[in-house]
Amino acid sequence: MTTEVGSETDVKKEPEKAPEVQHQTDPVQTDQPDKPADSDAQPVASAAQPEESRSAEPESPQEESSSPDPSSPPATGGQKKKEKGISRFLPPWLKRQKSQSQDQASESAEQPQSPSLKEEEEESEPKHQPDGAGAAPSSEKTEEVKEEKEEKEVKEEKEVKEEKEESRPEEVKEEENEKEEEKSVGSADTQPVREEKEAESEVKEGEEKEREEEKKEEEQVIQQETSVLSPLRLNKKMKMVVCHVTLLDGSQFSCEVEKRAKGQYLFFEVCEHLNLIEKDYFGLSFKDNAEQRCWLDPTKEIKRQIRNSQWQFAFSVKFYPPDPSQLTEDITRYLLCLQLRQDIASGRLPCSFVTHALLGSYSLQAELGDHDPEEHRLDYISDFQFAPNQTKELEEKVVELHKSHRGMTPAQADAQFLENAKKLSMYGVDLHHAKDSEAVDIMLGVCANGLLIYKDRLRINRFAWPKILKISYKRSNFYIKIRPGEAEQFESTVGFKLPNHRAAKRVWKVCVEHHTFFRLMSPENPTKSKFLTLGSKFRYSGRTQAQTRQASSLIDRPAPYFQRTSSKRISRSLDGAPMVNVSDYSHAVDSALTAGAGENGPALELNSDSKDLDKTQEDVLKHQASISELKRSFMEATPEPRPSQWDKRLTGSPATTLRLQAQGVPQKSPPHPETDSGDASKSTEVKPEVNGQPEVVEVVEETVVIEEVIKTKPKSPAPETPVTVETEVKEERSLSSDSESEEEAEYHAQTPSASISVQQIEEEPEEEQEAGLIQQAPPSVVESQPITEAEPAAPSAEEEQATAQPEEEECTDKDDAPNGHAHAAEAPPPLRAVEEEPPVVNGSVSRVEAELLPQVICCSEPPVVKTEMVTISDTFAAQKTEISTKEVPIVHTETKTITYEAAQLDGNGDGEPGVLMTAQTITSESLCTTTTTHITKTLKGGLSETRIEKRIVITGDSDIDHDQALAQAIKEAKEQHPDMSVTRVVVHKETELAEDED
Amino acid sequence: MMSEFGRFTHAVVRAIPRSLATEALRTGSPEELDLSRVQQEYELYVSVLKQRLGLEVLELPADEALPDCVFVEDAAVVCGDTALITRLGAESRRNETEAMKDALTKLGLNIVEMTDESATLEGGDVLFTGREFFVGLSKRTNQRGAEILADTFKDYAVSTVPVQDYLHLKCFCSMAGPDLIAIGSSEVAQKALKIMQQMSDHKYDKLTVPDDLAANCIYMNLPGKGDVLLHSTPEEFPESVKVFERLKDHMLIPVPNQEKAKVDGSLTCCSVLVCKNSV
Repeated sequence: MTTEVGSETDVKKEPEKAPEVQHQTDPVQTDQPDKPADSDAQPVASAAQPEESRSAEPESPQEESSSPDPSSPPATGGQKKKEKGISRFLPPWLKRQKSQSQDQASESAEQPQSPSLKEEEEESEPKHQPDGAGAAPSSEKTEEVKEEKEEKEVKEEKEVKEEKEESRPEEVKEEENEKEEEKSVGSADTQPVREEKEAESEVKEGEEKEREEEKKEEEQVIQQETSVLSPLRLNKKMKMVVCHVTLLDGSQFSCEVEKRAKGQYLFFEVCEHLNLIEKDYFGLSFKDNAEQRCWLDPTKEIKRQIRNSQWQFAFSVKFYPPDPSQLTEDITRYLLCLQLRQDIASGRLPCSFVTHALLGSYSLQAELGDHDPEEHRLDYISDFQFAPNQTKELEEKVVELHKSHRGMTPAQADAQFLENAKKLSMYGVDLHHAKDSEAVDIMLGVCANGLLIYKDRLRINRFAWPKILKISYKRSNFYIKIRPGEAEQFESTVGFKLPNHRAAKRVWKVCVEHHTFFRLMSPENPTKSKFLTLGSKFRYSGRTQAQTRQASSLIDRPAPYFQRTSSKRISRSLDGAPMVNVSDYSHAVDSALTAGAGENGPALELNSDSKDLDKTQEDVLKHQASISELKRSFMEATPEPRPSQWDKRLTGSPATTLRLQAQGVPQKSPPHPETDSGDASKSTEVKPEVNGQPEVVEVVEETVVIEEVIKTKPKSPAPETPVTVETEVKEERSLSSDSESEEEAEYHAQTPSASISVQQIEEEPEEEQEAGLIQQAPPSVVESQPITEAEPAAPSAEEEQATAQPEEEECTDKDDAPNGHAHAAEAPPPLRAVEEEPPVVNGSVSRVEAELLPQVICCSEPPVVKTEMVTISDTFAAQKTEISTKEVPIVHTETKTITYEAAQLDGNGDGEPGVLMTAQTITSESLCTTTTTHITKTLKGGLSETRIEKRIVITGDSDIDHDQALAQAIKEAKEQHPDMSVTRVVVHKETELAEDED
Repeated sequence: MMSEFGRFTHAVVRAIPRSLATEALRTGSPEELDLSRVQQEYELYVSVLKQRLGLEVLELPADEALPDCVFVEDAAVVCGDTALITRLGAESRRNETEAMKDALTKLGLNIVEMTDESATLEGGDVLFTGREFFVGLSKRTNQRGAEILADTFKDYAVSTVPVQDYLHLKCFCSMAGPDLIAIGSSEVAQKALKIMQQMSDHKYDKLTVPDDLAANCIYMNLPGKGDVLLHSTPEEFPESVKVFERLKDHMLIPVPNQEKAKVDGSLTCCSVLVCKNSV
């Protein structure tokens, strides 16, 4: 892992550097002009700062406290720089397309950019430039960048400490520098956006430029330091963390893993420790901040998933085999028995007295062997727990039955245990609390065969997988589209209200996983088409039951020896930590099971498209009425306390989450081709960052994701907002939203690349970056063009500029604040803020760069871009849910454009046409959130087709005229992208309870 | 709980009170009830259980204060070694459970009483398939009663089925074999069947008979006798009996129920079947 990480980090750095280099060439001349510009920019920055501070306050107090103020100024500077850089990079045709506003911006921006570039060159710090390149991608990228930066910073710090004996002050400086760099990067990102949107205020830009220059100078210094440190950093990057895993027998397994290791690494370690081959039925779970059980996604970084939680996990059965006798190995059955004993003792798996006794007797037979009247007195079983409420009568019955099992081997006893347990009606049913359309408390039970609906203990409905056409969730609502019955003509959709967004996501993910595992022969491959769909693209990536059975049939080893721990231990464990888990499960399981997947994603047939759903939500509610039988019951709402979680996550998690994200991204590799292209266009630096961010979002879960997203969005918007017109901000937002929609799909494919990119960014080795660029370059080129187009379109689409800007600002503030905290140690708070923002800015910048120098930029980061997209989607979803929005009209517009791309593009897209160019998300709690997803497909002719999806979320009280806002947004989108056509507009109005979302 | 479906060792029945003719609750038109014919049907019924099938029959004495007491099925739901003493939906029948409780206690069953005064449940609304319960929500059985049943028999899924037009769920359906549901042809019956099919993870076979009332039959799986089916007579439902006769592997025993049907009595109504050998 460590070696890999190092390489990844290197790669990331490389891409960043590469873009920088490109930029550098252009900007060198502009250095002087930039300085004046900076002076102009300063006012802007100041303006931005207040905004940031505002945003930070609402979103995350912690962040604010950390470094809102310091961060804001640097951020602004960074933005200005970025814009400049972007304009430089932007190819002439791109500039033309972008429109007048862009041109204006470019003029002002170009000057500033040049200085920034020079600075970068001088500094030879890839980060700044790359960041700028990344800026084009927009907020998402910036977010990623921030994350990456954070990670980098951390790494650098570590490295410095470890490898170099440099004085601590130096380290601090480095950190500061890094932060500054990040900020600058973020600013750069924002700059491009501004350009695209409109060079709203040249003066502002100039001010920004001045500031940027100053910052850059600082950054340069910092960068130099960092560069020196970088080699050391690489070596030191391997941070190890001790994971504690509670095994099914109640024992603890401790394992040291690289801090950015993915879930599967730990899982494999555990399975190896257990000598378990048929491991596909099992998984690792952890408790989130809300004490909800979440499944650790094997394809994502652990750190990003657990966020601030402890590295404490539980090994448990995830998919209960309907017929345990078909398991190949006794050890697998044994572990399943242990899980079921926990389930029974905790009450999670209800059974009758007789069944308790029978199962208990088999447990005794398996663990103690034949009943020995002398050795096994009545009290010998008092330490065993056979039932939640164990009576003397039960124990007597257990002993009586135990006597009847004489001669039965442990394996036989386990088999008998399972033969009886599997018949229990709640065997393998994952329960989630929910409400029907009439707010009646019900339970959703996800099992091998489908979805069960319970009211109290009664089954009131059942939807077998074959009857379900689609599974989706939006906000805290969970929907299933039902295949029309024999006598029915139309599909119907049934909606359920979950306690909160995360719970809805968990159910959705559990459904996706169960459907895939039990119903499909092989996991659904993430397809490019997914890009067009909104919502998470989470898919179950493991083996299906059919596949694992096939694999099991090939197991050729002597039955492994294993020692059956006595139930006494089990009972203890149940009483202790395991028990806690179990008890929690009973209450939390409902929503927890799904958590494992973490990210949203349309799964298989069960895709959750917010769009489609949006339309039908009302209908859905009506349909729900059909389930009205359930209505009578009371409301047992078990809302999760998300706000608190949110805050917690926001405060501590940014850096960690970022790192985790990076790791997670690589795993998602399947989508790579698509994501790669997108990444490439955005720019290597940006892409890595973006990837990192998206990953973070996914891993971190909704709350974290939201934060991250917000940060990214704000970053790009924030810089823009101060300098540029609101429209620009909107664009960024739109970008982010798009990414969200496609995020999930992208996640899988892009995960690997993204992680790599992130790491690269962190380390910053120029050489390495170059290499990375080369690899990814072709995709990037293609993507870059689409991106540019998309970006302009996005702004137009986003009409909520004014609102968006505030939001963005807020977001940026938040982001900055977190970063600032992370880097707080570093002297210049503003720098920190800048750094945080810079990531976003960088992302945007990177996009610009990509456009200008598509090929070069693209090389290393295309994969990253994909991840970015993914993260965005997650964040988007998270934002929606987490950020309480009472009504969210979503405008979805698709635009197709043909963009010329370099030959490299083809290479990138070689495998498949679909590549995500850029994805950015901007979110504001009270304003509008626009998410724009750019999907670029590379055609054989070297041409690329770009689709821009914009999702505008207008959230606010009823006093907001949503219709007007929507109309304005559409109008703006049209105006901004005259060369693109709006092919579809989907308006979804959703009224949610703030309570649910927290 | 895992005992083989249809395996019974004991049957609890109750003698016919004279008050049945005059005071029994009935959903249909007040038709003249021939008490002697009812008595004949009852005696034949008991003899089939006892002599023909070799079950140990526990006959409770009639209670004139309880005109419907012969329909013992409604007073208890027995599954495995657990008996749920119900709370009948008809107030006039509430006391029928006392004798039943005593009898089942004597048989060594675990007795669970439905004490919740908001709950009503009658055994005629409970269809046990061997894999799960379906509980008809009728005038006599409510949601709460079904919940308590679900709580009593935790091993099994309990699904609710709305019952329209008929007194009980089992007025138009019953088990005719393992995983074989006998179902009437009426719209109401077919609708209920669809609900049951949707609610179940298991694919049941169905035996559709033209007459809803004929769908009430008694399936047993007895050692030495194999599949046994007590069903209506050709005199009552000739077309439906033809359907039953297609069950070549079953021991088919037509049992007259014409007279009891006037007071909503069915074949399953008149006994509570118990398997004492169950785990």
